[in-house]
Amino acid sequence: MMGLLVFWRRFRRNRAAVAGLAVLLLVVAAAIIGPVLHPIDPFDMIGRPTQLPSARFLLGTDVSGRDILAGLLHGARVSLVVGIVASLVATAFGLLVGAVAGYYGGAVDNVLMRCTDFFLTIPSFVLAIVIVAIFQPSIVTVTSAIAAVSWPSVARLVRGEFIAQRDRDYVRACRALGMKDREIILRQILPNALPPVIVVSSLMVATAILTESGLSFLGLSDPDVISWGYQIGVGRTVLRVAWWMSAIPGITILVTVLAINLVGEGLNDALNPRLQQR
Amino acid sequence: MTAPAAATPVLEAQDLAKRFPVAGGIGGRGRVVHALNGVSLSVAAGETLAVVGESGCGKSTLANCLTGLMAPSAGSLLLQGEDAALMLRREPMRFRRRVQIVFQDPYASLNPRRTIGDTVGDALRIHGLAARRERRGRVGQLLAEVGLAEEHLDRYPHELSGGQRQRVAIARALAVEPVVVVCDEPVSALDVSIQAQVINLLRDIQRRRGVAYLFISHNLALVRHIARRIAVMYLGEVVEIGTAEALGRRMLHPYSRALFAAAPAIGRPSHDPPHLDPGRPPPLSGDVPSPIDPPPGCRFHTRCPHARPRCSAEAPALRLVDDRLVRCHFAEEIAGHG
Repeated sequence: MMGLLVFWRRFRRNRAAVAGLAVLLLVVAAAIIGPVLHPIDPFDMIGRPTQLPSARFLLGTDVSGRDILAGLLHGARVSLVVGIVASLVATAFGLLVGAVAGYYGGAVDNVLMRCTDFFLTIPSFVLAIVIVAIFQPSIVTVTSAIAAVSWPSVARLVRGEFIAQRDRDYVRACRALGMKDREIILRQILPNALPPVIVVSSLMVATAILTESGLSFLGLSDPDVISWGYQIGVGRTVLRVAWWMSAIPGITILVTVLAINLVGEGLNDALNPRLQQR
Repeated sequence: MTAPAAATPVLEAQDLAKRFPVAGGIGGRGRVVHALNGVSLSVAAGETLAVVGESGCGKSTLANCLTGLMAPSAGSLLLQGEDAALMLRREPMRFRRRVQIVFQDPYASLNPRRTIGDTVGDALRIHGLAARRERRGRVGQLLAEVGLAEEHLDRYPHELSGGQRQRVAIARALAVEPVVVVCDEPVSALDVSIQAQVINLLRDIQRRRGVAYLFISHNLALVRHIARRIAVMYLGEVVEIGTAEALGRRMLHPYSRALFAAAPAIGRPSHDPPHLDPGRPPPLSGDVPSPIDPPPGCRFHTRCPHARPRCSAEAPALRLVDDRLVRCHFAEEIAGHG
């Protein structure tokens, strides 16, 4: 409890991060209660196509006469869920690989890091496209593909943290007591390695949202769910006559990603031990 | 012969060696650091053996090998007469319960994210020494034994002073009721005023529990105060070992003598530099040679004031001279000079 209070006090010092958090909470709220307050199916063609924003359609309609606001609210759910789940999966896998490689070192480290390098050398967006193209595009494959291209950076970071910690005296004391490796990794080192990982995986949510938008813009996302990238893709063909159709979801992505990045920076300030007063 | 321990030793190193391969630079492939070289020593039940030497002499490697944190490259380690390497492989927990370690830096030896109660409790839990419900009470007893209060149970290391942290580290080591505790420079990171308190605590514990200490230090004055026997190490080898009394009377190995001379003596007038003091040998000049390519012959001959041609050709053995073991060709001569 005390720790949480101290954390919040440090986080609060970064004004931009607090603003980012406010925007992010707004997006989350919109995703959760938006579709309830605005109960319109985003795939229903309920009006004349390509309308400007009006009292009836607050953000206008797209080329098929679908309500853009409804799409935005439903899309928020998809973007956030895909972003957060992909980031969590990538973090969990990266933690596992990085912890084992960093703690044991030697041949284990070599094998695991060469696999990690393999993923790092391929441009991640291209790799994500390939993975989604091989498996059928669905919300699950898109999420998995994003997680599959995101974990290597976590693995690298965690490995570095574990290498820095594994020969510290507190770890050696645990070994001298006969503590099992699994417990040393999970209970002793992991809590000390976690702060920078939390920062990186929070920033990864933003990247995942961008990747998902890119994939759905290219039509490589689940055809049954609406998302911000899909909306941009739909508006793309009429960009010159109805620019707002692409601009509205585009700005939404921009603001959300920016908010997450600001929060990530704030987390970094609050968790970075170099800034902590002793 | 008083030099080797008379009673059955609890921990005995026989010809212990540790070599580390060095990652090669250009043309440096296959080079090896000789961190320990033929170290034999033993600690009897309830006694304190001190190991002294400059930094880089292999003291910490010795501590690692003796506590099973590192496997020696050669030689053997006996714990209460049993082969420790075998025990570590077959029944590691038996070894771990008998041999514990206290590290130098109490700021690094406690996990910053675990409370004192958790850290000491871990030792009890791993070895199944206290049921979950009794654990807190048992940790409280251990903390009381090292002079801390029950209120420290839920504190984090950063809330404690250096001396208090070192007490926690001692409590953790004692939790499993070891027969020998390797203390790797346990007070050298502490304020001088705190050092004496921690030393006294260690002595009290020894009196109460009969635990043996292998006390590693670079501070000869401190060591003479607490140890029954002293081993002096230089570049991975024991150069002189004997009772604290014998070594306190006089040192025979030129290195021990120089180390003793380097220790500042309180009360010596400052205008009388040590090398003008006729009773004291001159302090050493130069640095410890690299253990990657230790000098041939006697490892100390590059810095030794008594060095002769024989010293760079033939490595001296550790042999009995007077009342201690010395590794020097000319120990008798030095003894004769007084």
